[in-house]
Amino acid sequence: MRDPGPSDTVVYLDHAATTPMVPAAVEMMTRHLLDVGNPSSIHASGRRARRIVEESRETIAQALGCRPGEVVFTSGGTEADNLAVKGIHWSRQSADARRRRILTTAIEHHAVLDPLMWLAEVGSAEVELLPVDGEGRLDLDALRASVERDPASVSMVSVMWANNEVGTVQPVEEVVAIAAPHGIPVHTDAIQAIGTLPVDFAASGTDALSLTAHKLGGPYGVGALVVRREVDVVALVHGGGQERDIRSGTIDTPAIAGFATAVELAVKEQAERAAHVGALRDDLVRRVLAVVPDAHLHGAALDPLGVHRLPGNAHLGFPGCEGDSLLMLLDARGIECSTGSACSAGVPQPSHVLLAMGCTEEAARHSLRFSLGHTTTAADVDALVEAVVPCVERARAAKRS
Amino acid sequence: MRRAGPGGEAVVKVLAAMSGGVDSAVAAARAAEAGHDVTGIHLALSRNPASYRSGARGCCTIEDANDARRAADVIGIPFYVWDLSDRFHADVVEDFMDEYAAGRTPNPCLRCNEKIKFAAVLDRALGLGFDAVATGHYAQLREGPDGVVEMHRAVDDGKDQSYVLGVLDQAQLRHSLFPLGGSTKADVRAEAAERGLRVADKPDSHDICFVADGDNAGWLREKMGDRAPNRAGPILDEDGTEVGRHEGTFAFTIGQRRGLRLGRPAPDGKPRFVLDIEPVAGTVTVGPRERLAVHGLRGERPRWCGTPPSRLHGTVQLRAHGAEHPAVVTVAGDQVDVELLEPAYGVAPGQAAVVYDGTRVVGSATITSTRRDP
Repeated sequence: MRDPGPSDTVVYLDHAATTPMVPAAVEMMTRHLLDVGNPSSIHASGRRARRIVEESRETIAQALGCRPGEVVFTSGGTEADNLAVKGIHWSRQSADARRRRILTTAIEHHAVLDPLMWLAEVGSAEVELLPVDGEGRLDLDALRASVERDPASVSMVSVMWANNEVGTVQPVEEVVAIAAPHGIPVHTDAIQAIGTLPVDFAASGTDALSLTAHKLGGPYGVGALVVRREVDVVALVHGGGQERDIRSGTIDTPAIAGFATAVELAVKEQAERAAHVGALRDDLVRRVLAVVPDAHLHGAALDPLGVHRLPGNAHLGFPGCEGDSLLMLLDARGIECSTGSACSAGVPQPSHVLLAMGCTEEAARHSLRFSLGHTTTAADVDALVEAVVPCVERARAAKRS
Repeated sequence: MRRAGPGGEAVVKVLAAMSGGVDSAVAAARAAEAGHDVTGIHLALSRNPASYRSGARGCCTIEDANDARRAADVIGIPFYVWDLSDRFHADVVEDFMDEYAAGRTPNPCLRCNEKIKFAAVLDRALGLGFDAVATGHYAQLREGPDGVVEMHRAVDDGKDQSYVLGVLDQAQLRHSLFPLGGSTKADVRAEAAERGLRVADKPDSHDICFVADGDNAGWLREKMGDRAPNRAGPILDEDGTEVGRHEGTFAFTIGQRRGLRLGRPAPDGKPRFVLDIEPVAGTVTVGPRERLAVHGLRGERPRWCGTPPSRLHGTVQLRAHGAEHPAVVTVAGDQVDVELLEPAYGVAPGQAAVVYDGTRVVGSATITSTRRDP
């Protein structure tokens, strides 16, 4: 069989990995690809480019409930997360050397966990991975106890808005309520949340928030860290100091223009999209559980308002299967989904998120994430429901052999 | 199963094991071109690639996985990585260490073919609905009388890999494809270049894939720790006279001549060879080449490609790329006795004796003991 190229026949259920660009963002980005002018240049072309960048910044600020000056453009979510945890920690520690502890959850994305582990390895921080419950929700009592044990030693707290694997929404407001009285800054990785949940930066009380364009209908390679003006951040990338002296590098005008269009649209249509995607997701979960009765849902229960779970997330366990066998069998039928995270060689590892939720390694390995998005249709759900039974049977046979 | 060679008649679902090297890439390409429904997989065999080896050769690196992926892209087949690292460690790496600990010289490639590529992978492939596993090994499969699948030596003598496949039984052979058996390595490289496969001039892998730099002794020393003796000790001649010292028995294999660093020459001035290794006592015994001559050997754990013979006048091969030795092979249950018609030199217990009838592979057994008396 020839490996299929992008095609209308593909059932794409991996929107949490990346989601198609919206046409308005493509149009906006391509419109500016031929424009000359470095936004940092002083001449007319430079000023034109700068105007596009600044209007984009204002658009994003408007959509996210922050001030334009709080939007720092980056190359994407990973850079935004790195900048937040390293940059804020270093700044806090240089102000007071006692601030050695960074508190986070055991279910963060690797873009947060790995820089933290690196900080711990080089002896710059002590990292505490706080436990989550069986649904993947942060244990607030553990956070409170950890903070109150010695608030002066806490450098920062980083808690994701919603988990990328199982979709559980985290109690960010309560996290802020615990940290803020001690003056401890809170960062949140909101990469999965923007456009799928209502997010207002100012109202959240957080000090820094990461987002990326390609998860909400914008282009790859651009994202932002929203960070309060009052928070000092040590730069990771030094150079021309283009972004508030926190981040250097020539500003990518067309990508930022496309990013802003996508953010604006995603936030404007958030409630509508969530309702559409949530209904399809509920249908998917109910029907898959009906045809594969011993399958089970990971994470928070389905709730119609999407308060506890990302509306597009369906994370299902299929006992007796290897997740990667099942993924391969579904892929052969044109249905695309995801196991947990994969290392650079493409080897599926048991998900640290599921393990933190108390799953056995076996259960972590038999699970798949289906994530729906703005282009998902009822026909996609039908196709999965039709294919899942023979694929599960096949995967079980392969595991038994 | 419906059998089909690379020029075959029926379309079958084929799982092509792709190491990232040129041979398995061309094998996959040929299977696809023959009209089969081919899916490429790369086996991740090392738990932590860096811990086993690093470098461009072998089958355990991320770079190799990427090379395999790029080859699959060029061929136009789906590609996945399968994590067999736990099985590989338990069945191949542990066995390798156990064998060395017992003073034997194992061949992990045979073990990997027997336990991983044509067992764990093949079983999973069959379970997933595939009909066959294709690899880049140089060996030929032919349909014999009564529909039996026979395995024969490859056309290219220099590349023939039937020795390391001598552990495959009929059930495994029935679900195997070796599309390269009828070609020379030079042709395969040329074909890879023509097909636009960027691995066309990648160097061949020769070493054990999980041992960095081919330094077996160093690897064993590091990995085995206290688990098995690797003590320094004397190098003795056959009379028990100490003629040198060594830093650990792992560094030696029967028949080895180089690296003995003996203090004084033999009385007859001739080179000396390792005759015997005693890991528990930590002694290595050396002697002249003629004392290495082996006239017979016993093997156990036989694996037969078809019906086991009871007595066969054929040939045996005693190590990878070794010579053929005319022999009479007698089989009694799990015991295989080999009478060598001409002496063989440097025969190490732990290696496989692969039995041939002409070019046809009959089967194999692991050498447990050798007889040096004529």
